[in-house]
Amino acid sequence: MDILVFVKRVPDTESRIRVSHETNTVVEEGLNFIISPYDEYALEEALRIKESKGGKVTAVSVGKEDALTILRKCLAMGADEAALIKDPLEETYDGLRTARIIAGFVKKKFPQARLLLFGKQSVGADNAQVPSMLAELLDLPQVNVVVRLELEEDRGVAYREIEGAQEKVAFPLPAVISAQKGLNEPRYETLKGIMAAKRKEIPIIPIEEIGIAAEDLAPRVAVTRLEIPPARRAGRVTSGPAEETARQLVEFLHREAKVI
Amino acid sequence: MILTYVEIRDNKIKKSSLEVLSEAKRRAAELDEDAAAVLFGQAVEGLAPDLFGCGASRVFLMDNPALAQYSTQAYAAALAALARKVNPSAIFFPATSLGRDLAPRLAARLGVALASDCTKVVVKDGRLEFTRPIFAGKAVLSLTLSSLPQVATLRPNVFPLEKAAGQGEVVRGDYEPAAGQDRAQVVEVVGERGGELDVTEADVVISGGRGMKGPENFGLLKELSALIPRSAVGASRSAVDSGWIGHQHQVGQTGKTVSPNVYMAFGISGAIQHLAGMSSSKVIVAVNKDPDAPIFKVADFGVVGDLFQVIPALKEELRKLRSE
Repeated sequence: MDILVFVKRVPDTESRIRVSHETNTVVEEGLNFIISPYDEYALEEALRIKESKGGKVTAVSVGKEDALTILRKCLAMGADEAALIKDPLEETYDGLRTARIIAGFVKKKFPQARLLLFGKQSVGADNAQVPSMLAELLDLPQVNVVVRLELEEDRGVAYREIEGAQEKVAFPLPAVISAQKGLNEPRYETLKGIMAAKRKEIPIIPIEEIGIAAEDLAPRVAVTRLEIPPARRAGRVTSGPAEETARQLVEFLHREAKVI
Repeated sequence: MILTYVEIRDNKIKKSSLEVLSEAKRRAAELDEDAAAVLFGQAVEGLAPDLFGCGASRVFLMDNPALAQYSTQAYAAALAALARKVNPSAIFFPATSLGRDLAPRLAARLGVALASDCTKVVVKDGRLEFTRPIFAGKAVLSLTLSSLPQVATLRPNVFPLEKAAGQGEVVRGDYEPAAGQDRAQVVEVVGERGGELDVTEADVVISGGRGMKGPENFGLLKELSALIPRSAVGASRSAVDSGWIGHQHQVGQTGKTVSPNVYMAFGISGAIQHLAGMSSSKVIVAVNKDPDAPIFKVADFGVVGDLFQVIPALKEELRKLRSE
């Protein structure tokens, strides 16, 4: 089974984010970048499917050359191949644009792909748009926020998290699946894997080679402002016997904040 | 016209959809347009008056057995056909599991951009400007969409629900299921936790962290939750990663972002990725043994103390309050 896993380079979740008001962009200087955590569940699932059913796993990222680091990590974890679709633009927040780039890439280079895996959202833009948009552009079924995946030859069943329950979804392959925490426990890369990954060539495909109309490459999202929200101010802190602090706390919520 | 997609669960309209419709009505009024709602399902016509009561002047109804169970592909196809017919300036969805699944599929079908998970919408030069948190709230992005209709999902628990004494018209549409198409189908809804609220929908979130010391103690938070209407139990990443409670309860940058009326943090130190996910709560209270815990920097009311003593006392106080 030919499996594609789409991964994105994002700032570490422990990062403090700074923004430039001149360019309305996130200041990258001083940030540590990682593979978006949900994408790791997607990759791990792909590797497990390959191990049990055979096939090939290709990790793909859309971005600049600095995304090669996370693609190497994917190779070190066990992906067979990786590819970078080189996009000259910074973050556009336009999921449709990214989905169109990926759709063009899949049609051109991987028309045989059976499974297209994503993280349920990138940790950063938090858009959660590209998997569903790609599924629509390729006319494929989609299941998002998946916590359990079972595959047969031509079909699969996925459990998707919704509020307070799970939807069990049956779907034909090929399909687009986005992974949620809980799907699996991603492995660490091995030293052997890291060494092997260093020697592997990662093809860089310029966006122009994919053949997307220029108007579709122009973002339809215009950023008007990017700000850091004002810090919350510390309120009152109390201590003492539990009965007394509990009484004060309930009084605060009931009488002052009037929220319970 | 601003069109609102209305989500139904257990034969009822979800509160988040009424919040979205209320916001659609407010922005539409500013644009000198009207607000309309879309209702899909089987035998759902009886719900239309609730939508007139929240500002919809028209309800586009597709009542069809083939739409009884949510299907991304079928719903997106039906919605796109409707959008092409009635030409709305904007289409709003609640940013729920369903909205976040359906809106991007619809946007791609219409070839338009999407603003996800918005917390503010304003009118600017006849267009909408959307504001949404990124990095789970560490930064806030404002944007406009150059494509039409302007499609957006709006976060639950953020936009005020407004009742209107309105009346409206039900516009019936025909739905033709596409023949012979093999699609993803929901075959079962499993693990329905009888009426238990999701942390993203709750008015009060009661969260536990490493200080809870073990899975058995999350029962204390559930007992507390039983005393507070519309509340849900949340957790920090370390509690989830220790296997004490399911990840669907996790609040933070790799969990859920919540904006309840009250966020109660028990034994949560306040790692930056956790604070990102709950800092937009209206009121934050924290109980922690460590007076230097970062959570106290964002809490409106903090208690330095042993949560295992404070929680039983809290339960007692809440019982007193309820009997008043």
